[in-house]
Amino acid sequence: MRKKILELLENNGKLTAKEIAIMLALPVDQVAKEIAAMEQEKIILRYHTLINWEKAGAEEVAALIDVKVTPQQDVGFDEIAGRIYRYPEVKSVFLMSGSYDLSVLVQGKSLKEVATFVSQKLATLEHVQSTVTHFILKRYKQDGVIFEDQEADRRQVLQP
Amino acid sequence: MTITCGFEAQRFINPTVKNIPPSGIRRFFDMVASTRGVISLGVGEPDFVTPWHIREACVQSLERGYTMYTSNYGLPELRQAIAGYLAERFGLSYDPQKQVMVTIGASEAVDLALRTVINPGDEVLIPEPCYVSYRPITQLAGGVPVTVPTTMEDEFALTAARLEKYITPRTKILILCFPNNPTGAVLNEAEMQAIAALVKKYNLLVISDEIYAELRYDGPPRSFAALPGMQERTILVSGFSKAFAMTGWRVGYVAAHPDLLAAMVKIHQYTILCAPVMGQMAALEALRNGRQDVERMVAEYDRRRRLVVSRLREMGLECFEPRGAFYVFPSIKVTGLTSTQFAEELLKEEKVAVVPGPAFGSSGEGFIRCSYATSLAELTEAMNRMERFVARRLAFKHRAVAHA
Repeated sequence: MRKKILELLENNGKLTAKEIAIMLALPVDQVAKEIAAMEQEKIILRYHTLINWEKAGAEEVAALIDVKVTPQQDVGFDEIAGRIYRYPEVKSVFLMSGSYDLSVLVQGKSLKEVATFVSQKLATLEHVQSTVTHFILKRYKQDGVIFEDQEADRRQVLQP
Repeated sequence: MTITCGFEAQRFINPTVKNIPPSGIRRFFDMVASTRGVISLGVGEPDFVTPWHIREACVQSLERGYTMYTSNYGLPELRQAIAGYLAERFGLSYDPQKQVMVTIGASEAVDLALRTVINPGDEVLIPEPCYVSYRPITQLAGGVPVTVPTTMEDEFALTAARLEKYITPRTKILILCFPNNPTGAVLNEAEMQAIAALVKKYNLLVISDEIYAELRYDGPPRSFAALPGMQERTILVSGFSKAFAMTGWRVGYVAAHPDLLAAMVKIHQYTILCAPVMGQMAALEALRNGRQDVERMVAEYDRRRRLVVSRLREMGLECFEPRGAFYVFPSIKVTGLTSTQFAEELLKEEKVAVVPGPAFGSSGEGFIRCSYATSLAELTEAMNRMERFVARRLAFKHRAVAHA
């Protein structure tokens, strides 16, 4: 039941417990209880809104940075990841397989701001060997949502 | 166009065609089309676009040069896949060489079936409310349509007891379309068996339009042809439009007794030749790799279905719970309006379009068809608007009663 509730909420955080209960044919108080419990257990971390900031007229610059680090004894990559993800400029951090170790998404108001953050904060961290910065030029699709979808509803308004 | 004096086009039109009434929703369609900001619950097709891998398969087939005619029966690989699907999903065994033919949508298959078997004067039993084409196609083929009304009390299912009352010595064919458009009704096992017994008793042939078979919310899909003794008596009609969201591709199929299929292919080869190859290639991809898409869409329809039924009941409309297709068919009798009044006034006041029940036969009076093949956000907004409208009508009615 939790999985079904989560699947609905993941795509639409605005759904009420009552709507979810009706759609899944479950008792409403049970759904409300499960949601509260999952919030408590940090299964549900946040109700997120996906925004096309470019369309909203807000300039934003983001970069994906490949970071190579020297893992530390006992704590591996976690220690250095923790030093990186605590910066509010850092929006996400992933440990990767392959030719580099951490993938870091950094967001800022300008190219200069992001570049400065990388050169002064990120690259200078102890155990960071190297960084490669890729600026994001355009977002086509994020979290399963296509930003400029051409697939409008082209159906006729009424059909038997 | 210049019209030469003295030419009367009407004189040349076949009286059977002339007597077929024009579409019952034409006028209403124009009203909806000319209103801005309408949320339409009047659409008879999925709101999903055909899954990407299916579209991609079509594009690739074009790139590889698949632009020619296929066999009259359709691509052999596709017929094989259809037979495989019917076996796996319904336990039906058809010879893909002799018993399966690809058509231009299920619509062509219904037409072919009726034209193949009707002799002038043969009676065709048509349970109503139903899709709009069965009656005119029967008439065009020289048959006599016999309406068998279904009721909300029976959850719009066809019952054997009612059916038997309409059987005469001239009855030849029974058309079944369950899950049903416009009601969303399905036939349960017992009802199907009782109908099958009548079909045998009166030596009838069944045309079973199972285009909505996959869209079922009360268990796995069933085919009428899978009942004991019914496969040879059933012309099974289906297609890809509803289950795979492929309406515009126009690919359907028919599966039947080899002799019936051989007769049907005669009409098909002279009138159609074959279904377009690109649609057939897409359909092949749909059958091979589209199972998950169907499941995803059915799960989504099911959630919307529950929400819409719940909202309609909350606003005071009596509504039986549909178990198939993507329509609900609530009664609007409590408002004191006719179906057409309800639809027109709802459109004018709240900009929500629904289809008046009588578009699907006179037994649809007092009902409207709402499709939930619309996004959840739009459905919710449409329900909010409809709720306001119904509340106003009910308040008005209560005031009138109190006044009297």
